[in-house]
Amino acid sequence: MEQKNAMTLEFLSLPENEGFARVAVSAFAVQLNPTLETLTDIKTAVSEAVTNAIVHGYREETGIVKVEASYDHSGKLTVTVSDTGCGIPDIARAMTPFFTTQPEKERSGMGFAVMQTFMDDVQVTSQPGCGTNVTLVKTIAAE
Amino acid sequence: MRFEKHRDTLTVHLEGELDHCCAQSIRREMDRLLEEPQIRRLVIDMGDMSFMDSSGIGVILGRYRLLASRGGSVAVRNMNRQVARIFQLSGMGQIIEVMQG
Ligand SMILES: Nc1ncnc2c1ncn2[C@@H]1O[C@H](COP(=O)(O)OP(=O)(O)O)[C@@H](O)[C@H]1O
Ligand SMILES: [Mg+2]
Repeated sequence: MEQKNAMTLEFLSLPENEGFARVAVSAFAVQLNPTLETLTDIKTAVSEAVTNAIVHGYREETGIVKVEASYDHSGKLTVTVSDTGCGIPDIARAMTPFFTTQPEKERSGMGFAVMQTFMDDVQVTSQPGCGTNVTLVKTIAAE
Repeated sequence: MRFEKHRDTLTVHLEGELDHCCAQSIRREMDRLLEEPQIRRLVIDMGDMSFMDSSGIGVILGRYRLLASRGGSVAVRNMNRQVARIFQLSGMGQIIEVMQG
């Protein structure tokens, strides 16, 4: 369906931008009149995807994280979080609950599971050496 | 971080947000308080926490490992619904006690 509204954010891959990014997306999503619980779901999923771009995509390096959000006339919200970092060699494996490449940093490996639980759909495309795109979709029904 | 110690129990009160960015300092503060070897039980009170993602699971599990290695345990208190869902998803209820109230 045709887009009704859209926005794009770009920021450096610094941990202090995690809070800013999830709050910005949830402020945008407020236009769809979601319940507080739905808004928290979106905030949490965005936090997971943005954190992954920062800690896994770019690791010790600093790059640009791009967050694009849009919604259509049916209330379907689509959020895409992209990085041009290291990429994911095996996406299915990465999405397996408890799988993490950073156990020494106390990562839980539950980020993708949280995104899948809190959103209607999660799609990942990635190219090793080029980067990763994570698309989160949730339809916010009109009350 | 607000905390109380009572015999072998350390209770910490988490405030604000627990994401990857905040995790490092929260972890450091908890570990400093847990240096006292007589502490065998950690109670994490989440009543004043406004946000948590899976980074929080990593922090709790890390403290659980530390306590378990000295025969102790970890409990959480005052989880909101959102946090309870993340908790359940991660099967944390198997190893970490959820205290009512
Ligand atoms: N943007 C990304 N770039 C590169 N690797 C990623 C990215 N997102 C996720 N990954 C990989 O997928 C794994 C699982 O991610 P996740 O479920 O969020 O768990 P965690 O972040 O706790 O490791 C990560 O450990 C990492 O190897
Ligand atoms: Mg993650």
